[in-house]
This record gives sequence, C-alpha cells and structure tokens, in this order.
Amino acid sequence: MIQQILFLLITIFAFAYAYKQYARIWKNIKLGQAVELKGDQSQRWRNVILIALGQKKMFKKWIPGLFHFFIYAAFIITQIELIEIFVDGIFGTHRPFASILGGFYTFVISLIEILSVLAFVATLIFLSRRNLLKIPRFHKPEMKGWPKLDGNIILYLELSLVIGIMMMNGADTVLQNMGAEHYHPTGAFAVSSWLGPTLFGGLSEGALVMVERTGWWLHFLVVLAFLNYLPISKHLHVFLAFPNVFFAKLTQKGEIPNMDDVTQEVKIMLGLIEPDPGADMSELPVFGSKDVFDLTQVNLLNAYTCTECGRCTQACPANITGKKLSPRKIMMDVRDRMEEVGKNIRENKTDCIAEAKKADGVILSKDNYDDGKSLFDLISDEELFACTTCNACVEACPVLINPLDIIMQMRRYKQLTLSEGPSDWLPMFNAIENSGAVWQLSTERDAWKNDL
Amino acid sequence: MAELAAQGKSPEILFWVGCAGSFDARAIKVTKAFVKILNAANIDFAILGQEERCTGDPARRAGNEFLFQMSAMMNIETLNQYKFKRIVTTCPHCFNTFKNEYPALGGDFKVVHHSEYLQELIADGKIRITGDGEVKGKKITYHDSCYIGRGNDIYEAPREVLNALNNDIVEMKRCKSNGLCCGAGGAQMFKEDEPGDKRINTERAEEILDTGAEVVAANCPFCITMLEDGIKEKDAQDKVTILDLAEIIADSMDNV
Repeated sequence: MIQQILFLLITIFAFAYAYKQYARIWKNIKLGQAVELKGDQSQRWRNVILIALGQKKMFKKWIPGLFHFFIYAAFIITQIELIEIFVDGIFGTHRPFASILGGFYTFVISLIEILSVLAFVATLIFLSRRNLLKIPRFHKPEMKGWPKLDGNIILYLELSLVIGIMMMNGADTVLQNMGAEHYHPTGAFAVSSWLGPTLFGGLSEGALVMVERTGWWLHFLVVLAFLNYLPISKHLHVFLAFPNVFFAKLTQKGEIPNMDDVTQEVKIMLGLIEPDPGADMSELPVFGSKDVFDLTQVNLLNAYTCTECGRCTQACPANITGKKLSPRKIMMDVRDRMEEVGKNIRENKTDCIAEAKKADGVILSKDNYDDGKSLFDLISDEELFACTTCNACVEACPVLINPLDIIMQMRRYKQLTLSEGPSDWLPMFNAIENSGAVWQLSTERDAWKNDL
Repeated sequence: MAELAAQGKSPEILFWVGCAGSFDARAIKVTKAFVKILNAANIDFAILGQEERCTGDPARRAGNEFLFQMSAMMNIETLNQYKFKRIVTTCPHCFNTFKNEYPALGGDFKVVHHSEYLQELIADGKIRITGDGEVKGKKITYHDSCYIGRGNDIYEAPREVLNALNNDIVEMKRCKSNGLCCGAGGAQMFKEDEPGDKRINTERAEEILDTGAEVVAANCPFCITMLEDGIKEKDAQDKVTILDLAEIIADSMDNV
C-alpha cells in the first residue's frame, strides 16, 4: 500500500514537472514567426514514416546507424513493459498481462530483453566512441563542457534502464523457479531465463525480492528522470524528430526562399506597382533575422531537435578546412539564445523591455523584448560569411534540420538592414547593378561569338 | 534572340550563356564547345546577347536580396517578351535560379542544365560519340557541383554522358550526395576565404589526386576555376586536366 501511494505521488509529481518543462519548450518555439505550410501534405507524412520512423538517413553511416537502431527499437518496444509497470505500480498487481496474453506475453518480453541487450551493447560502443575513440565530430570546440557531459549522461541513463530491466526480470525468473508467492509463471524469457539464475542463483527469497523491487523501481525512476531530463538536454530529438521531419522544407535544396516583403519594395522601385499611400513609413523596415523572434518557428523547432551529432559539421567544407563555421554550433547557439530569451520573459525581467516601450504595468513579451543582445553575440560574421551554401549540412542531417536557412537569414539582416558584410562583395554588387554582370568589364557580353 | 523575334521566329532553345560563359576566358571555351555541339546536333537555338543579365544568384546568396530581385525581375521581363521552348544553360547557378527561384517572382520557364541536355542529345542520337578525342583512354572522375547535385538531385545525367565515352570512370571518396563543394558557392567566388587551415579547393584537389584520374569532368564554370587553382597549387597541372562535360563531348563526337 505504501509502495502504491509513493508510486502515485512520484508519478504525479514527475508528470506535472514534465508538463511545465515541455510547456516551456512549446512557448519558446512560439517566439518565432509562424509559417504557412506549403506543398504536398502526403509527402510530409511519407517523410515522417521513412526518415523519422524508418531512420532512413541514419543508415548513410551504417555502423552508428545500426547501433542507433538497436537503442531506438528497444526504446519504443520497452514502452509496452512500461505500461505494465504503471498498472502494477497503481494497482499493486504483479505482471497481470502474463495471464491475459499467455505465450504472447513471453514473446513480447523476450523481444524487449533481446533488444535491451543489443541496446546495452550499442550504448557501451557509443560511450567508447565518444570518450575513447578520437572521432573528430565529438571533439569540436562547441562540444566542450556541458554538451560533452550531456551526451554521456544520456548514455549512462540508458545503461541503467537496461540494468533495471535485467535485475527485475532476472530475479523474477529465480523466484518463479523457487515457487515463491506472487511470482507466478510467465514462461521463460529469452535472456533473463539464463542470466537470472547465473547472477542471482544462490540468493535467498528475501534478497531476491529486494533485487526484483530495486530493478523495478530503478527502471521506473530512470524513465521519469529521462522524461524530465530531456527538456534540458540535447536529447529532445526522441520526440521532436517527428514534427521536425514533418515541417521540413519539401522544395529543392538549391532554392533559397523568396523574401516577399522585398518583392513589394523592388516592384515599387522598378515602377511596376504604385506604393500603398496608406503605408506606415515611420519605422524603417527590418529585413532578415537578427534574433530568435525573426526566425521561423520551424528554425526554432530545428534548434530544439538538434541532438548535436555533428554530421553537419563533419560534412561542412568550411569546417573541414579549418574555418570557424560549424553548422551544429549555429543550431546550438539558436537554442541557447531561445532559452535565454524565454527565461527572461518567464521571469518578467522588466529591464529587458525595449526603452521606447517601457511603461508602468507593461509585461515583458516577445513584442517588446530588447536586452541589447541578439544572435550576433553568439554567431560571428566570420562564421556566417564562410558558408558556401553547398547544402552538405542539410543533406547530412538525419532529421532534416536546415542550418543553411538560418545562416541565410542572418546574412540578409547584415546586408539589408545593417548594410554590412565583406567589402570584397561590393565590386560584385556594383557590377550586377551597373552592368548586369558579376564582373565590371569593358567587353560586350556576346563578344565571344565573334571568333567562333 | 531579338533578331529572330523581329523575323517572327521562335527558336527551340534559348542558350543562357551566363556571366562566366560570356566573360571568363576559361568558361568561354566551354561556351564555344557547347555551341559546337548545338550546331552539330542541328539545334535551332538563340542567345539573348546584350539583353542577358546576371541571374542574381551570387547577390542573393551574399544576402543582398534587393539586388537579386531587381536583376531577376529585369530578366523575367526580358524573357517574357520572347517565345522559345526551353532555356539551356551551362551554369548550375543560373539553372537553379531559373528552376527554383524565378517562379516565386512570376518567371515560369522550362529550363535544363547542359549536363541533362547533353544526355538527351546522346540518347536521341542527335550527336554521335566516337570517343576519339583528347580524353581517349584516360581515366576520368566526375565532380558533382553543389547546385546540380545536392541542390537539384541530378546525379545520374552527367555520369551517363560520361558513360557514353567508353572511358574508365572512377568516383572520388566524396561523391554524389556526399560530394565536396569546390569552395566557390554562396558568393565565396567573389571574396577572400575566411581564416582557416587550407582552401576548400585544395582539399578537393587532394581528393582528385587520390583517384589517379587524369581528367576531371565538371559542369560548372566556377568549379572549373576553383579546381584548376587547386590542382595548380598541388603542382599537378601536367597530370590532371579539368574539363567541362561540353568540352569533353565536343571533342569526342563526329563532326557533322
């Protein structure tokens, strides 16, 4: 009875806290600009099935792809056992599904066990890949400190989940063999039927019950810890990969989206349309993106989905040749800035209200936010202007994150709003404007045909 | 084009030459090779001549959206005056802007890149490959330009053009969707590199040398410039030649 009450209290507390955290993520994503979804809806669902559910792009690197698949499959199928843990925890039962499902129960738990062992092995391999092998993408400057620890914490949590399952199932097997009360037969599970007797064979009934209960609680508590750890870690991709893939751009990668607000201005400039006489000209228009408010909600979702695997950075020609640009860092910077802004708004830090909008009773919101900082404090010009727009990062991302879109929006802010950027580009701009070619030359455009 | 229009004629193909193809000495060779192929295949084509403008690609990628859209709208206005079936261009950047970016500004044109168009001509028997050109017997590797490869998912057409040659074709370590950029895209062509350990074209040149290929087939004027510089830096210009697909085909076909 005490166990049941404790179980309920912990569960309610964990879910309430998780709700608060996921609501924070939701609100932070809403700081961005809403986007109108274009294109074929069925293609979006196909992407979710193939790329998110089917992990199609993970298999481009087949070794990590395969091991990641083990962890993923174990994660999904263990949820079945988790349902039973909740039933047992609330009603004080013990493995009620066994008598209902019979042989099928034995099969499902066996499958969970086999996948858990594979996931355990995969996790050990991932830990050594991260910490022992010198795989460059795990050792870039942006991976120092918290991101490195974060990656390891997740893996340790995964190990403890599997240890919990094996303790609980292994001890259960031995107790069943002893004919202990409550521990009714479930059929022999694939792994614990031999692992249990091997590890816990000589223990007394009391000790075995202790091991079984400890494993049960360990597994359950780690699941709740995991749920609440995700929103502060890089590991949100387990949920967000699905919406992220759904909302990803469907058009050709080569296309850089049109700025429709610029189109209006250019049409007026070329005399193609008349300016709207009622238009408010008091404020200079802002073009491009300076901060998270200017980015789209899809960009921000991208940032929370990024699990810092670094496939983008590993493929980036600028990064490969030693430039500062790292597409992964761009995503991490956007997320960090989003967290910072979100926290200030949640805490209603009124000193972050823009000077012009300060007044009694005004609450800090995304519409009056100005803390004197922006994405440009985190992302330097050197990074932005090293990009070749080659789309290698976009191609490399297993969950369709698009760092290039953010880089382009920030370049646009630099050029269009600040009139800043590499001075090398000015002759090219002038040439296009004045002579309609990328170089200013005295020869005629079709001079080449004279000596055909 | 203006002359043809005045005579009331509308050609099948509008050959979009592009800035590099018009002004850059190296790219002009590609332009001429492509014209040679068009003539050999008896294609009814025209160029815009003085009326052609930069598509705006480097301006947009540098972040200068105003300049891009100005240039784009002027081109769209010019092109809308004329009748033709398709635009063919030897520049992946021009191709990409026409195909993916002009529609948002009201410019809907059918456009093909010359690597696809050459494949078409070969498949239709419009040109006959003899394989007796400069590249005969040489090992060739193909460099995927970003805006034909990843940008537009065209990986097979250029390779099929090369397959018509009967040469030994090898792939670089990073090819197709994993292909490595030459370093020119995103308007990098027009600026100095940001600080780093080496230039991107040097990295690519090393990869080319690893294949042992004697000829690199490219399909972008900016890639050609970059790769030639990279190969020169490695002092390997005597061992490796960078050629456009059009140059290879023009030199390996029956002259009609």
